[in-house]
Amino acid sequence: MSTMSTMSTPDRSQADARNAHQQATSVSAAQVKPAGAVPAVELRDLRKSFGKTEIIRGASLSVARGERVAIIGPNGAGKSTLFNLISGRFGPTSGEIFLDGRRIDGRKPYEISRWGLARSFQVSNLFTRLSVFENLRCAVLWSLGYRYAFWKFLADARDANQRAEEVMHKLKLHKRRDALAMNLTYAEQRALEIGITIAGGAEVILLDEPTAGMSKSETQRFIGLIREVTAGKTLLTVEHDMGVVFGLADKIAVLVYGEVIAFDTPEAVRANPRVQEAYLGSISGEGQADAQTGARTGAQTGAQATAAGH
Amino acid sequence: MASRSTYDFKPYNVGRWLVWGLYALVMLVAPLLFTSSLSMTMLTQMGIAIIGCLAFNMLLGQGGMLSFGHAVYAGLGSYFAIHTLNLVSAGNLPLPVSLIPLVGGLFGLLCAALLGYVTTKKAGTPFAMITLGVGELVWAMSLMFPGFFGGEGGISGNRVTGSTLGISYGPQIELYYLIAIYTFVCTVAMFAFTRTPLGRMLNAVRDNPERVEFVGYNTRYVRYIAFMVSGFFMGISGGLSALNFEIVTAEVVSAVRSGAYLLFTFLGGAVFFFGPIIGAVLMVLALVLLSELTLAWLLYLGLVFTFMVMYAPGGIASLIMMNLRVASFGKLGPLLASYLALAGTGAAVLVGAAAMVEMTYHLQLNQAMGSEMSFMGATLNTHSLDSWFGAVFMLVVGLALFELVRRHFLVQWGQTQEEIEREIKRREALA
Repeated sequence: MSTMSTMSTPDRSQADARNAHQQATSVSAAQVKPAGAVPAVELRDLRKSFGKTEIIRGASLSVARGERVAIIGPNGAGKSTLFNLISGRFGPTSGEIFLDGRRIDGRKPYEISRWGLARSFQVSNLFTRLSVFENLRCAVLWSLGYRYAFWKFLADARDANQRAEEVMHKLKLHKRRDALAMNLTYAEQRALEIGITIAGGAEVILLDEPTAGMSKSETQRFIGLIREVTAGKTLLTVEHDMGVVFGLADKIAVLVYGEVIAFDTPEAVRANPRVQEAYLGSISGEGQADAQTGARTGAQTGAQATAAGH
Repeated sequence: MASRSTYDFKPYNVGRWLVWGLYALVMLVAPLLFTSSLSMTMLTQMGIAIIGCLAFNMLLGQGGMLSFGHAVYAGLGSYFAIHTLNLVSAGNLPLPVSLIPLVGGLFGLLCAALLGYVTTKKAGTPFAMITLGVGELVWAMSLMFPGFFGGEGGISGNRVTGSTLGISYGPQIELYYLIAIYTFVCTVAMFAFTRTPLGRMLNAVRDNPERVEFVGYNTRYVRYIAFMVSGFFMGISGGLSALNFEIVTAEVVSAVRSGAYLLFTFLGGAVFFFGPIIGAVLMVLALVLLSELTLAWLLYLGLVFTFMVMYAPGGIASLIMMNLRVASFGKLGPLLASYLALAGTGAAVLVGAAAMVEMTYHLQLNQAMGSEMSFMGATLNTHSLDSWFGAVFMLVVGLALFELVRRHFLVQWGQTQEEIEREIKRREALA
């Protein structure tokens, strides 16, 4: 991507990044704990290596309850890896992760899910041979206490059925109620992906490039949808499209080479000279260009992002 | 907020009552229609096989777990059932004979709880490998512990231990109805299982185990509990077969038996709940009838299985459902002529191929009985060119015609499907 040109001097930008990171943590610490409130999500000096390659290099971040944060950064900065660590897909090499003050690093995804954190995936990750309705119902069963019950009928699980129907209507998928997930259009699958994520009523929601691969007009509609279904929740999103970032988030965390080099309001991040130097200058230009050139660029960004993530 | 009517709407499902009623009726009147002792034997075995295949499909079709050693749970259930029966016969245990299949079920459950704890730690290919290993392990044990497994001769018993309410289980018909009741109740129970939270999560684990972990479920427990439930029903099936045959040999825990469950469940159709029922009926027909009819029955079975995997991986059940879908849109009529042509040319191919197979077998195995053999009412001479030429001619002409008909049919089928898609779109637009 075009942003890689700004990363041509990794040593210097890393040193800058470290400074910025220290600033970022001190700023966020001052902001988040005015009255001793426990942050919804907190990362402390998180590290993750795959073989000899260190992807996450001491990331720290503290997200207060109800905050809506976009994590941005160039390809390969470790955004998806960060989500995978928080949601329990991988265990970190070192460092700590807290969810509402509870330490969760290295715990299983289902444990973390039960403690109130849900995530979506960059590539739709659905129950392909089940219908839209069944997909959503599967997503709510645990949170409503049905556990491994084989002595109750689903038809009598009124609360689960009602919740699944509600989410389905919010997603505007009710006309496709009985269609199998694998037969949905791409945009419908993206919507169902979000639906499965939020259906269980988790308080902390992680969205990994929710609009990846969507056209500009679809993206616009989709942002509205995401705002609606995540209202009042703590939200973390990874996003490439700057339009989406400003549409969804009140704060931006900038991840470069596995470190959070800045965490602040969009304006402050934009004004941050280190961020400008390392990253944002070119991206915000691209973001504005995106808004003008319309659908094609958005779809391209998504496609690139998908390719980069896998 | 959704309008309440959308999720409270539960129509009185006439179709379902009709299907279950028909199922019960068939089991009720079948022995009155087929009264010979051979058909009685087959009917009882069908009941037993239905429970087994349905229980097996709980893993294969509903959970995506390919078990290569599932006969173990039916087999061990059989052994515990026959030992219990012998305790009852000896007067050491006051238990009605009609409850002995349940004993088999409980021990099947127990064995599945023990062995499944290891097996279900993994999914996919590792799961299949472990089940294979466990199957071999139990098979090896059966040779090592003749006290329990009875060695070469097996363990025999006698189900007639006295009579309650005039039922002694001496006559086959009394046993048939016991098995029919078990089969019906187990089928209902296993169908009900698919409608429960665990049953649905089992489907989810089949489709996407990773995502299941992110909606709060431990996939391992989902697999483990389903494995135990399946083991319970396998055990019941084993217990019934112990009562039916009154002898249990080590063959019941063998890989051959496990393979039969897999093969026929697949043939019947693992995708739909009722598929294994068809598979079980075919299993008994093949094992009892086909094996009597021809020496080459395993070859035919293998060929059918191969073609099924290649051309209709959903099994017979999916073929039925596909055609029911076409019929529900009123488009089955024009296809019927094609089906008739397919069947006719297919039969020609089959007769030609079968004649050659049978003559080959005759040459190899029955040489001493002379060169003449009878095949489908005709007399073939394995040493005459005419017979071979006739068979080859039949096969080649049949194949050519079949291929012609098949191509025509594929085009026709594609068009029909497109019409149906258009019709669905139209209805959706109207809705």
